Amino acid sequence: MNLNNFRFDVDADGVATLTWDMPDRSMNVITQAVMDELERTIRHIMSAPEVKGCVVISGKSDFSGGADLGMLEASSHRFAKTAAEKGEEVARQEFFDGTRRLSLIYRELETSGKPWVAAIDGVCLGGAFELALACHHRIVSDNLKTRVGLPEVKVGLFPGAGGTQRVIRLMPTGDALQMLFKGEQLKANAAKAMGLVHEIAPKAELHEKARAWILAGNKGAAPWDDPKFRPPSGRVFSPTGMMIWPAANAIYRRETQDNYPAAKAILHAAFEGLQLPMDLALRVESRWFAHILGTKEARVMIRSLFVSMGELNKGARRPKAEPRAQIHKVGIIGAGFMGASIAYVAALNGIDVALIDRTMEAADTGKAHSHKLMSDQIAKGRAKTADRDALLAHIHPSDDYAVLADCDLVIEAVFEDRAVKAETIRKAQAAMKPGTIFASNTSTLPITSLAENFSKPEDFVGIHFFSPVERMMLVEVIKGAKTGDRALACALDFIRLLRKTPIVVNDSRGFYANRCVLNYVREGHLMLMEGVPAAMVENVARMAGMPVGPLALNDEVALDLAWKILQATKADLGSGAVDPAQECLLDTLVNTHGRLGRKNGKGFYDYPDKGPKHLWSGLADLQSAKLDPDTLDVEDMKQRFLVTQALEAARTVEDGVITDPREADVGSILGFGFAPFTGGTLSYIDGMGVSEFVLLCDRLAKKYGPRFAPCDLLLDMATKKETFYRHSSAA
Amino acid sequence: MAEAFIYDHVRTPRGRGKSDGALHEVSTLGLATTALTALRLRNHLDTALVDDVILGCVDPVGEAGGNIARAAALTSNYGHHVPGVQINRFCASGLDAVNFAAAQVMSGQHDMAIGGGVESMSRVGIGASGGAWPVDPAIAIPSYFMPQGISADLIATKYGFTRTAVDAYAVESQSRAAKAWGAGHFAKSVVPVRDVNGLTILDRDEHMRPSTDMQSLGALKPSFVMMAEQGGFGAVALQAHPEIERLDHVHHAGNSSGIVDGASAVLIGNARAGEAAGLKPRARIRAFANIGSEPALMLTGPVDVTRKLLKRAGMNIFDIDLFEVNEAFAAVVLRYLQAFDLDMARVNVNGGAIAMGHPLGATGAMILGTALDELERSGKSTALITLCIGAGMGTATIIERV
Repeated sequence: MNLNNFRFDVDADGVATLTWDMPDRSMNVITQAVMDELERTIRHIMSAPEVKGCVVISGKSDFSGGADLGMLEASSHRFAKTAAEKGEEVARQEFFDGTRRLSLIYRELETSGKPWVAAIDGVCLGGAFELALACHHRIVSDNLKTRVGLPEVKVGLFPGAGGTQRVIRLMPTGDALQMLFKGEQLKANAAKAMGLVHEIAPKAELHEKARAWILAGNKGAAPWDDPKFRPPSGRVFSPTGMMIWPAANAIYRRETQDNYPAAKAILHAAFEGLQLPMDLALRVESRWFAHILGTKEARVMIRSLFVSMGELNKGARRPKAEPRAQIHKVGIIGAGFMGASIAYVAALNGIDVALIDRTMEAADTGKAHSHKLMSDQIAKGRAKTADRDALLAHIHPSDDYAVLADCDLVIEAVFEDRAVKAETIRKAQAAMKPGTIFASNTSTLPITSLAENFSKPEDFVGIHFFSPVERMMLVEVIKGAKTGDRALACALDFIRLLRKTPIVVNDSRGFYANRCVLNYVREGHLMLMEGVPAAMVENVARMAGMPVGPLALNDEVALDLAWKILQATKADLGSGAVDPAQECLLDTLVNTHGRLGRKNGKGFYDYPDKGPKHLWSGLADLQSAKLDPDTLDVEDMKQRFLVTQALEAARTVEDGVITDPREADVGSILGFGFAPFTGGTLSYIDGMGVSEFVLLCDRLAKKYGPRFAPCDLLLDMATKKETFYRHSSAA
Repeated sequence: MAEAFIYDHVRTPRGRGKSDGALHEVSTLGLATTALTALRLRNHLDTALVDDVILGCVDPVGEAGGNIARAAALTSNYGHHVPGVQINRFCASGLDAVNFAAAQVMSGQHDMAIGGGVESMSRVGIGASGGAWPVDPAIAIPSYFMPQGISADLIATKYGFTRTAVDAYAVESQSRAAKAWGAGHFAKSVVPVRDVNGLTILDRDEHMRPSTDMQSLGALKPSFVMMAEQGGFGAVALQAHPEIERLDHVHHAGNSSGIVDGASAVLIGNARAGEAAGLKPRARIRAFANIGSEPALMLTGPVDVTRKLLKRAGMNIFDIDLFEVNEAFAAVVLRYLQAFDLDMARVNVNGGAIAMGHPLGATGAMILGTALDELERSGKSTALITLCIGAGMGTATIIERV
């Protein structure tokens, strides 16, 4: 066998080993060449009577990450080309045939008559795990890094190489659907408990155990090809099926608001496939797979959540000339909630932290935050006491700025007040070793003006962590007018150590994320004042794809803060910059009723000691009009929520705050949960087309006010038929 | 166009739809045969005149499957020339069977036909026929499928019917049914179910609980909380009607229709066939209609179909003396009363399915008969019969005494 991506050996006992080890790649992926070679190998083994069976194993530290998503993109390009040359119908057929090739190869392996064993160490995901599922026996290593799973749904795809059909034949339907919906990466024990793998073995014994299974005379036949096979939950049309499927459909809607075609396709493929013999079931799965590959959601989700996020994580915006910053110890000034949380994530990633506050007591309280977070993890069985001890050993509380002397980076996270920040910056500078980068963590104050307090503004940068820091994956890095490449690189290197995703923005009021979020919250306020029932404001926002309703979100942030921001905006930009209806609403809530949000147990919601929060019954009294919900256009409301944010994102591009559409998209999804199925704020606009978006803005502006008026940039792009992604690559 | 007259109506008593119910030992065919045989015997019906037997059945599988109407026509000794057809419009099947029979007569293609229905819920089981709607993602998702009880709770929440209001309605249904039975208001139509020896198996509606009061209902826990929360249906309801923050679960076994077994049959014919059979018409079918309604609320079809029907018939709500609105759930009737601003004194005056039960495929023809008997008893003229239907539909019929 002459193979490039695999090594193929047959031992004296007649057991073949196919070692997947692609040259010039650190991780095995499924490519056209891999498919060709796998197909040849399967056929070779079928025709070689001396070969009893085959072990497939990786020559690398991981098994494989799955299919090369670039290959999928290539199929789309081929489709467009064929459609243009031979017509849509031919193109569709070729696309379908092409995209199901992997599924057919796996099926050929499964029905080849020779036993195949997958021996898995490290990561084995997506199309690679589908290969394992097609094998007759699966052994995974007890390596802590071993993970198996079908994460396709997370990027808008779905397991189209037999994954849905084999999982629903291995597991009870409810569990199988949950596994497919969640797309989780499973550890060895979990995978075994779920019946997705057969054995767990030490890494060193993987190959031998796999060989032994073949030598024991096991047959190469899948259980579902036995005519007596019954799927674990029985037939779809059965009393059990009647218990499972209605709830499965409802839970799909609950979890996705019916916004994710790939998740729905999983349901379809499972429901239809369970009623068919395997070969037909796989064909139906392929039909759904081809359909999903053609959806806008898959295209934009792959781009933002896989490609762009990966690029940003790898430092797409990092000044390349700068050497990697050596950050062993970070100084954090301000041990309040934000500072303490940053200290926690730094320590979690093995970085020493000097955690400074005005008093030793305050600094200790900051460290105690990490103790609590780790204790919660221990209680959930996700960490051990030793992990907590190790983490806490990294955090050194202090009330003395002198400890900054050996820090490689200093971050202040003190109160959001110019005077307080200015004093902190000056005191810190005096204690820091020369040349150390200083970062201000702020969500509101312009970095350029803060940097004026620092003698070397080129070494000064803004870092905006989102709360809660331990959960939020996004960090905004803000370049002040004078921020230098070294400071920017240092901030990005630090964020990479924290395994978070950075976006780099230029200085402006609210930077990027908060500008969009403020618009979102305002739209909720205004709808309420128009007379839309509060519950409808919240529910429709979630139906639009947002994780939290605007009123609930405002409660989390605090209503008095929203009120203060409004007053500051008015002071800085004039009363025209503030919507009187919104001001009236916040004024009444905060100043008349003392409703400040979750922090005092009453905001838009009430927060009883027992039971879930519920909307404050007094909200209806604040509405001068009451609209009949049955007459309201839900689609229109959904658009208002998304458009107000996307439009603001476009304005940040126009203002030069955002310079790369990938950052706007990834930042919007990770930073404030902007409807992920849209691919993010700018992909939402590109997805419908800029001209269409401009028309939508015009329509909304006419109906709801000039805040929806499209900005000049959009009008210009519409005229030139540009998109944000084409615009940027042309630039 | 020929007129369709109602010549007679019979129904079985309704047996509790469980294995300890009196009619559990009687097959679906046996129930249908009881009704058809009674209709034949008590009218000395010349079955040569009968052109068709149309029976509603909602779960036509197993013993109720195939074509139960043809089987029952044969076992009821109508003669081999009388064909049969089974139809399914879920809960309105029995009423639609009557409407179909009327339509055959009105069209002039048939002279006499029987419409009715049968359901042995204790033997076949609710939902036994399956179907795509609740399970196939292709229809379940876009139609916001929910179990009916959750739709009923959604109606109560949306239109503001409290637990007290729905319970009070249920108490009234029980009390009206008990009074009606006591006064013999059903005597004209109810035919006992007998065994092979002629011994009576059941001659009264078995599901009623006349002693029901607010206190006894207050002790019952809402039935659909767990389904809504764990089955995901609560979220489905809110996505269909997002102005609702959370469902108010008010329905339980005591204010929902009872699960029962039973059968019914209505003899429909044109004037000539009636004369030939020597029968006097009791009423005429003035108009009927079907409609699709919002599928998440599912059970508000009676409101929509009533509006459509009144318009078609050139009538208004005040032209109707009596209403039979099937008591699938208390909120269904309360919504109907609210939508038309109706007085309870004109609606379900002899109680309904909350007290006496709802043998799915048979109910429509049963309550049409109840309305007819009551018109005659009270000397009134016009009644409207309507039922809510799964998947969001409504069927209604207006009858008028002659």
